Amino acid sequence: MNIFKWFLLAAVAALLLYAGQYLPLVGDPNAPAHRHVSPAYIESGLEQTATPNIVTTVLADYRSYDTLGEVLVILTASLGCFLLMNRRENA
Amino acid sequence: MLSPSQSVIIVGMTRLIVPFIQIFALYVVFHGHYSPGGGFQGGALFAASLILERLVVGEKAAWSLFPLRWALPLGLSGVLIFGAIGLFGLTSTGHFLDYSQLPHSVSTTLAAVRSIGILLIEIGIGIGVCGLLINIMDQLTERGRSS
Repeated sequence: MNIFKWFLLAAVAALLLYAGQYLPLVGDPNAPAHRHVSPAYIESGLEQTATPNIVTTVLADYRSYDTLGEVLVILTASLGCFLLMNRRENA
Repeated sequence: MLSPSQSVIIVGMTRLIVPFIQIFALYVVFHGHYSPGGGFQGGALFAASLILERLVVGEKAAWSLFPLRWALPLGLSGVLIFGAIGLFGLTSTGHFLDYSQLPHSVSTTLAAVRSIGILLIEIGIGIGVCGLLINIMDQLTERGRSS
């Protein structure tokens, strides 16, 4: 059983190393993740939103659905605390 | 039960530092266009200042500054500000959270309107996160039951 466990770990490690060699380098401008919408945001973000901070531009304007979801996560946590701590004993 | 701290150093430093934390929190919210910051960070800072007040001066004094019942309505109103700003875009173009459709004068450029829209939702996020975090703190210290 112990041998089998180590063999399984080694197999998974080998698989990950094999798959990892095809990943793009960190910071590679030609990586697929950096060629889709990121250049458009960087180049036209200032003139489209008049906001110098590009992080704010992306978070609050281009990706505001994401931000709305984050606020709703905190709202859910807060409402959960409220409902748990205020439940009626005889309900 | 949160009782007031007996240490004069802790109470004195808290009284000294809380107004500066709150001013810095407002700065972080309103300066989010130009520097790192925004609604989440500023709201969390403001909530941290009020939670520090609750921990140090005790609940009686802290509630006179920010009552227990205000936290959840404040948080909900912040989330509603965000949603209402988003709904403005839905009424005219059909795109939710499209800030360029906010009411504005003809001479204002669309980019400036979007900038104002970003500022408004950052304020909404700040108010919302502040109220919701204080509500979590108050409920988990079992203050909700005694109200």
